[in-house]
Amino acid sequence: MNRQAVRLTVNGKPWHGEVPTRLTLVDCLREEVGLTGTHVGCEHGVCGACSVLLDGEPVRSCLMFAVQADGRAITTVEGLAAPDGALSPLQDAFWECHALQCGYCTPGMLIAAHALIARNPAPSDGDIREALAGNLCRCTGYQQIVDAVRLARRRMGEVPP
Amino acid sequence: MSEYRYVGRKRRTKEDRRFITGLGRYVADVTLPGMSHVALVLSPHPAARIGAIDTAAALALPGVQAVVTGAEIARHTNPILHGLALPGVRWYPLAVGQVRYVGEWVVAVVAASRHIAEDAAELVRVDYEPMAWVGDPEAALAPGAPLVHPDHGSNLFYRRTFVWGDVAGDFAKAHHRLASKVYWGRSATVPIETFGVVANWNRGNDLLDVWASIQMPKYPDQMAHCLRLPLNAIRVHYDVDVGGSYGVKRGIKHSVLVGYLARKLLMPVRLIEDRLENMVGGDMHGPDRRFDVTLAFDADGLIRSMKMRALDDIGCYPGRSPLQLAKPVGAIVGPYRIQSVEYEAVAVATNKTSQVAVRGFGQAPTNYAIETAIDRVAAHLGMDRLAVRRRNFIQSHEFPYRIPSGTDYDSGDYDAVLTKTVARAKLEALIARRDALRAEGRLAGIGFATCLEPSGGNGAFEPLFNPANDTTTWMESCQVKVDALGGVTATIATSTAGQGHQTLVATVTGEELGFDPDCIRVVHADSLQALPGNSPVASRMAIMLGGAAAGAARQIKERVLAIAAHNLQRPVDRLVYREGAVFDLDNELRTLNWAELVRIAHRKYHQMPPGMEPGLQASYVWEVPKGGTMPTADGRVQMYPCYSFECHIALVEIDRGTGQVAIRDWFMGHDCGTVINPDIVHGMSYGGIAHGIGAALYEEFAYDENGQLVAGSFVDYLLPSVHEIPEIALVDHCTPSPLTPMGQKGSGESGYLGAPAAVASAVNDALSPLGITIDRLPMHPSRIEQALADKRADMGEREGP
Amino acid sequence: MKAAEFAYARALSVADAVALLAAAAGEAKLIAGGQTLVPLMAMRLARPALLVDIDGIAELNGIAMVGDTLRIGAGTRQAEIERSGLVGREVRLLALAIGHVGHGQIRNRGTIGGSIAHGDPAAELPLVAVTLGATLLTETSAGAGEISARDFYLGPMTTTLPADALITRIDLPIWRGRVGAGFHEMSPRRGDFALAAAAAQVELDGRGRCRRAVIGVGGAAPTPIACADAARLLEGRTLDDTLIAAAASAAAALTEPASDSHGSAEYRRRLTAVLVARALKDAATMARAVP
Ligand SMILES: Cc1cc2nc3c(=O)[nH]c(=O)nc-3n(C[C@H](O)[C@H](O)[C@H](O)COP(=O)(O)OP(=O)(O)OC[C@H]3O[C@@H](n4cnc5c(N)ncnc54)[C@H](O)[C@@H]3O)c2cc1C
Ligand code: FES
Ligand code: FES
Repeated sequence: MNRQAVRLTVNGKPWHGEVPTRLTLVDCLREEVGLTGTHVGCEHGVCGACSVLLDGEPVRSCLMFAVQADGRAITTVEGLAAPDGALSPLQDAFWECHALQCGYCTPGMLIAAHALIARNPAPSDGDIREALAGNLCRCTGYQQIVDAVRLARRRMGEVPP
Repeated sequence: MSEYRYVGRKRRTKEDRRFITGLGRYVADVTLPGMSHVALVLSPHPAARIGAIDTAAALALPGVQAVVTGAEIARHTNPILHGLALPGVRWYPLAVGQVRYVGEWVVAVVAASRHIAEDAAELVRVDYEPMAWVGDPEAALAPGAPLVHPDHGSNLFYRRTFVWGDVAGDFAKAHHRLASKVYWGRSATVPIETFGVVANWNRGNDLLDVWASIQMPKYPDQMAHCLRLPLNAIRVHYDVDVGGSYGVKRGIKHSVLVGYLARKLLMPVRLIEDRLENMVGGDMHGPDRRFDVTLAFDADGLIRSMKMRALDDIGCYPGRSPLQLAKPVGAIVGPYRIQSVEYEAVAVATNKTSQVAVRGFGQAPTNYAIETAIDRVAAHLGMDRLAVRRRNFIQSHEFPYRIPSGTDYDSGDYDAVLTKTVARAKLEALIARRDALRAEGRLAGIGFATCLEPSGGNGAFEPLFNPANDTTTWMESCQVKVDALGGVTATIATSTAGQGHQTLVATVTGEELGFDPDCIRVVHADSLQALPGNSPVASRMAIMLGGAAAGAARQIKERVLAIAAHNLQRPVDRLVYREGAVFDLDNELRTLNWAELVRIAHRKYHQMPPGMEPGLQASYVWEVPKGGTMPTADGRVQMYPCYSFECHIALVEIDRGTGQVAIRDWFMGHDCGTVINPDIVHGMSYGGIAHGIGAALYEEFAYDENGQLVAGSFVDYLLPSVHEIPEIALVDHCTPSPLTPMGQKGSGESGYLGAPAAVASAVNDALSPLGITIDRLPMHPSRIEQALADKRADMGEREGP
Repeated sequence: MKAAEFAYARALSVADAVALLAAAAGEAKLIAGGQTLVPLMAMRLARPALLVDIDGIAELNGIAMVGDTLRIGAGTRQAEIERSGLVGREVRLLALAIGHVGHGQIRNRGTIGGSIAHGDPAAELPLVAVTLGATLLTETSAGAGEISARDFYLGPMTTTLPADALITRIDLPIWRGRVGAGFHEMSPRRGDFALAAAAAQVELDGRGRCRRAVIGVGGAAPTPIACADAARLLEGRTLDDTLIAAAASAAAALTEPASDSHGSAEYRRRLTAVLVARALKDAATMARAVP
């Protein structure tokens, strides 16, 4: 089996290893790096359960081989909370609004929402829906997820600059 | 406000925190040292005899540990049990002798990684001799049709006609009769997590450990039966988080296969379906039904009687899916006072993947058929659609209300919920908006659905459809334990797929004991430790697990009171329990606090009432209220104790040019009795509506003329995204159930049970000015646009050149 | 759904990439954003022996205006095109179309070159390229070449691009004056591939008559098609509803749609007419708003 060395920065920490060339980034994160928060729902790019931030931009980690990510910085759901474990405002809003049920889509949803808020701290409802549109959830009907992003938007707006 | 301190109040769930931090533990997160991976060789044919299977090249690939065929499996395992007595239908994880649908598993490959297993699966050569097959259920019933299971001698798996009440007489009396035909297309719940299972045979003590994304009653029992093991040689770990299920996470063939492989190879084995395996052969499709409904009614809209024929294309193996035709017996008249019913249930085998239980267990399609028929009565009589419904609603003072099929509905106030929802929706204004859109030349419509969610099911549908099976017991259990430092831990006997059982149990236990639910730990037992239970099916956990938790907590209180009575030397009826402490009603200063009571229970046997067991723990195993009776000879039965009600009002607009439906507004009134956690109940409803919108407009497991599944990936099977689901307004109402400890009813299927009917009603309302009706779900844009084009052609012809 | 074995090489320059392609003698495949290729490999519908990664090649990146041409490097991300002010000002048709390509996360990785090279008949970017008559610049180890997008597509996912070639740049003509564009598609869910799509761009003269027009249709034939005859109907005339309807049916007549589970051939043909009319209407409205 072809193998190749890969260096990543995952949630701010360097990681390196030799992985099968054909390992996708999501499989690498889950099986090699040991972070199982990122999920696999379809492996063909539709569901968004595998969303991670690649150099800050949300992408499908099932649609990349780990070797392609060599040298890049990845943020997974495990990297969203503060180092002391304090939840991010979005995580907290997800909890407050019960923006999940089974939790399977949740890491991807959080990643998509984090990327939105990072780019646009005051997104419109339309912006929120657009940002989440590539992530499927079967449990929630999306309502409480949209509510959670709105809540985070409101709370972050309240924070004095 | 409510009499409850925790129940019904806004409260963050216990589960969410681990999921938002990425710390859930799903089956794919379970890794064991030396674990092997399974990939499958799938049938490319809808029907074919299996000839030689050449596994040599696959076995020769480095990293491959085993290649297993159906013949081997059939030698070492028993056929998988299914809900009907059909000795000619033998179901094994891998096809034996012949394949019966595209995607059926033929060979399993075990290898050091999933990649290698897939490499090897490509190298397996199977000789197939294609056979005649049948994909259409009506054709499958015709004489001479190719037989899906030749040994069964027919493609009919089940047929029974029930007659409850004087159908002939009521039809004769009625002024009108109106027949309608509707078709519910094959769709499913399609969780974002596929099914997965990990098994390990523990040689040291002859024990099969199983981790699975399972939601299934009697799962360990079925595995034991198939694997020819004692039930106590299987340990299913119910602490695995399940990534959505809504009925379908049964995976019995997966589990039997993996259990067999783990034992054969003496190594941990895992099978996580990929999405393609999941869609084409994961046994997860739902009902696929044709309905003929005839209503007999009077000029004033009073519906006297109904005849319904439901023909279900259940695919290849029966599993439990034919029983999905049984559940609707318990709500066969919906919320209406229809006096007599004839119900013909027909389950037909075809060369398609098997059906499995899907959210509502067959009730959503039935509700769609009933609601469509009601709308047509209104159109026929020129009556308002809600007026017809109100004319026939069971009234709040009539409960408990016995319907013709012998079921008592527990409680409800349908009229009040509808009135509240109409007010919230500002229906007058909504109608004005629809009419304004129409005036602009657009196609706009309002849809309604008013229907029931039977909840808390017992096992009585088994004997109803299979007299050989006299199962009526359908219990749930909970154990509550107070540790030596006074901490409370509840243990439940099931895994959870997002329903929030930990929150449910903590809230109910906290309410009973007067402790903050956040301080109560809830854990999932494994199947060897667990008390008996039947898993979260049948919209039953708020009722059954909630009831079991309440029962166990009440026993704890009783024990504490007994300990206090003994120590305070007071009669129990002069004592009161409050938030862990016991007070003397006659002297508030005489009291024992929680710490003291717990210390006595755990450490001071000399202070315990004589004969009381030491420690402080209680178990409660609860049978479904009103459960435990067999159906009558004519099929009258009580399967579900509690009936939740929902009503939907939706405004849609159709793009004339493309046939696309856009949902503008959605209101749902909902009465599921006492709500234990509002966020959880609302979430279920939102999700159910979204799922229903999917079934009504987007999702279909269509097969083509070659018997191939067309929608075999997420590119073709269209789960609605956030763009397709509107903002939804929920309107809560509470009519407590008299049968449950806190008045709760079920809500796990809410939304889904009425949303498809409401979408259909709205689309047909939008098309009604053109005289078009669509009677088939999903209402694909192309179907709607075709009807519009046909209409144009038709009008053009009649107007003439 | 795990890809078959392959070897992987990261190309550092265009020269490097074409050399790797040449050496692999047809067994290699370029990977840019991977948003098409990776799922195909996961399903083992594609199984290249060697993947040549062109993702990091700086010279393939960027958007620039040179005279009446907008040059877009083949490796430019779809998301960058979407955010580009230059694209929004100068090639409105592309700006309108780009948001229909999948979802944001797909566009964050997917490149314009990958989409055009892949040649899905329902894809938006090939449609825009064909409609506008873009020029594709290519490179092989033998040297540079160019081809009109209109001559590029042979059938679904088949192009005239040799196996050892790389698209380096897409040159889009910039129209000046009273120009308007319209893009409409019908996809089952927003973000899905289109069942049918229509692109139109018009230029009006001072009196509001059509000076020139292009119409393109996607998803309704084995390749995206430029409907030159339909567009010609518009020239010199005022774009009223009747004329637009005539052009739309002329365009629809050119289609050869296939039937599938999402809709019959007739449905797609009618859809095409509807979408072309909508695109033309939008284009006319936009052009009229230009002083
Ligand atoms: C869920 C999902 C939804 C999508 N929806 C849409 C949609 O609605 N519309 C749409 O158009 N697309 C859609 N796409 C596809 C997406 O736009 C792809 O990004 C694009 O088609 C390919 O670009 P890429 O850079 O990812 O190419 P790759 O996947 O890297 O490559 C695609 C092909 O192009 C070749 N190639 C790549 N770059 C070059 C080059 N410079 N020169 C020559 N050959 C090259 C590769 O060898 C390969 O054969 C979707 C994809 C997904 C996963
Ligand atoms: S797993 Fe990556 S998009 Fe579904
Ligand atoms: S929470 Fe279950 S899929 Fe979204």
